[in-house]
Amino acid sequence: MAATETFYDVIRRQGITRRSFTKFCSLTAASLGLGPSGARAMEDALETKERVPVIWMHGLECTCCSESFIRSAHPLVKDVVLSMISLDYDDTIMAAAGHQAEAILEETKEKYKGKYILAVEGNPPLNEDGMFCIDGGKPFVEKLKWMAEDAMAIIAWGACASWGCVQAAKPNPTQATPIDKVIKNKPIIKVPGCPPIAEVMTGVVTYITTFGRLPELDRQGRPQMFYSQRIHDKCYRRPHFDAGQFVEEWDDEGARKGYCLYKMGCKGPTTYNACSTVRWNGGVSFPIQSGHGCIGCSEDQFWDNGSFYDRLTNIHQFGIEANADQIGKGVAGVVGAGVVAHAAITTVKRVTTKREKTDA
Amino acid sequence: MSLSEAKAADSHGEKAVERKSVYVYEAPVRIWHWVNAFCILALALTGYFIGSPLPTVPGEASANFLMGYIRFTHFAAGQILAVFLLLRIYWAFVGNSHARQIFYVPFWRGSFWREWLHEVKWYAFLTAKPKKYIGHNPLAQSAMFVMLTLPLIFMVITGFALYSEGAGRDSWEYVLFGWVFTLFPNSQDVHTLHHLGMWVIIIFVMVHIYVAVREDIMSRQSIISSMISGERMFKDEDD
Repeated sequence: MAATETFYDVIRRQGITRRSFTKFCSLTAASLGLGPSGARAMEDALETKERVPVIWMHGLECTCCSESFIRSAHPLVKDVVLSMISLDYDDTIMAAAGHQAEAILEETKEKYKGKYILAVEGNPPLNEDGMFCIDGGKPFVEKLKWMAEDAMAIIAWGACASWGCVQAAKPNPTQATPIDKVIKNKPIIKVPGCPPIAEVMTGVVTYITTFGRLPELDRQGRPQMFYSQRIHDKCYRRPHFDAGQFVEEWDDEGARKGYCLYKMGCKGPTTYNACSTVRWNGGVSFPIQSGHGCIGCSEDQFWDNGSFYDRLTNIHQFGIEANADQIGKGVAGVVGAGVVAHAAITTVKRVTTKREKTDA
Repeated sequence: MSLSEAKAADSHGEKAVERKSVYVYEAPVRIWHWVNAFCILALALTGYFIGSPLPTVPGEASANFLMGYIRFTHFAAGQILAVFLLLRIYWAFVGNSHARQIFYVPFWRGSFWREWLHEVKWYAFLTAKPKKYIGHNPLAQSAMFVMLTLPLIFMVITGFALYSEGAGRDSWEYVLFGWVFTLFPNSQDVHTLHHLGMWVIIIFVMVHIYVAVREDIMSRQSIISSMISGERMFKDEDD
C-alpha cells in the first residue's frame, strides 16, 4: 500500500490499457449523469489524486451487499473499483485475519485521519450494550463509533445500514438501529436496497473517491443520481399502467402479455431505486421484467409495512390487520347504517308526535 | 316587515305568512361549497379507481389511456379544490363572520360546549325542541372543522406531496410539499394516509347530506336553500 500511489498507477501496473481506462471514465461519468466534461474531470482526478482508503465494516447483516458489489457487471468496474478504493479493510474478503487485520484499522485511523471512507454494511444492535453483535472482541457499535470518529464520510450500504431492514423489523429484539441514528456528526450517504444494485454501489464509490465529496443527496440522504425517481416512473410496463391494462392474477393472459403488475401489489409506485433503468446482473433483467412486482426493498420499514403484495400499509391499531380501504369501507358502512336508523327513528317520532298533537 | 299589510291572499283566501331571513352565506362561500362538493365527488371516484383500478381494457397499450384519463381527472380536480380552498381561506378573513366558522372551534368557550351538548341531545331524541342558529350550530361547526376543514388541508398537502413524486425532485410541488417525506420516509405510508383521509371525507359527506336534509325538515331554520340563495329563513318567531 504505497501512500502516494494514484489509481492510474495501479491499473497500469495491472496491465489495463489507457484506452480501457478512458472508456471506464466515460462509462462511469455517463452512469452518474455527469456528461462529457465529467469524464475528463474523472480522468484527471484518477491520474493525480491519491487513492482514497476505504474501510468496509460489517454489522448485523447477511453480506448480500458484498455479494452484489463483487458482481458489478462491467468486469472492469469491479477490478477498477477494487483497486481504486484501496480497500484496506473488509473482514469478509480480506486476506489478513485476527490481530493483523484489526491493526489495519488503527493504522488507517492514524495515517488517514479525516480522509478515509467508512463503508458500513449492516447495522449495530444497541440492546444489552450492543452484545448481540461482537466483532473483533468488542461490540460492533463501539467499533463503529470508534472508526467513525476520524472518517471523512460514511456510506451506509443497503437497507440494513440505511433503514434497519429485517433485523430491525418488529419487535426488533436486538434493537438493531440504522447508522444515521447512531452516528450524528458525520456526513452519511444512504445506499438502500436489499441488496443495492452493484453498479449503483460502484458508481457511488467512484464518485466519492474521484471528487472527494459526497454526491448530491436527497431529503432521505440517498444519492439523487440513483434514487430520485421511482421504479414506476421508468418502468418499461408503464404504458400498460396508463392504458389501464393489468395482470389480474398470476399466470393469466395479462401476465403473459407483460401487463402492469400494479394490481398484484407491485410497490414500484412507492419505491425509489434505479432497478428499472440500471437493472440487475449486467442489465439482464429486474423483478418486474421477470414478471414479479417490486417488493420495495429499498424503502423504509419494508418488512413492517404488511405483505409484499399489498400497496397499502397495514394498520395494526385496529386489532386485526386491515388496510386503509378496508377500515374506511367498514366505518362508512356502519355510519351509513346509523344514518338510515336515525332517519327511521326520526320519521317514526315525527309521525307519532304529530298524531298526538292532532289527537289533542 | 312593513310589507305585511300589502300581502295578498290566494284563491283559498289564505294569506302568506311573515318570515324573517338573514343573509348568511355570501356568494364566494356558496360558490366554494358547490365547487368543493363536485371536486370531492370527482376526487373520491377517481381516487378510488386509482387505488383499485377498473378491469383490464383490451387492445394495444398505445390505443388506450384509461388510467391516464382517470389520473388526469384526479389531479385536475385536486388542483381546482386546492385553489378554491385557498380562496375560501382568503374569504374567511375578508368575508362576514359566518365565513370564518368552519376554520376554528371555540374550544375554551363554555357556552359553546353546553350548546354542543344540547345539539347532541337533539340528535339523540332527548330534547323536543332544537335551538335556532343563524350560522352553523356548535355540533355542526366542530364536525366541519374536524371532519372537513382539517382533512381537506391534509388531503391537499399529502396530495401534492404524492403528485411531486411523479413531477420530479425539481418541481415546485416537491419544493413546497417534499417535507411530507421527511415525516414519512416511505411514500407507501403517505398513500395509506391519503386513502384514510378520503374515507374521513366520505363519511363526513354522508352525515352532512343526511343532516342537511333532516335539519331542513326538522329544525327551525332553512338549511339546503340557504346554500343556494345565501338567505337563512326562520320558521317561527320564538326564541
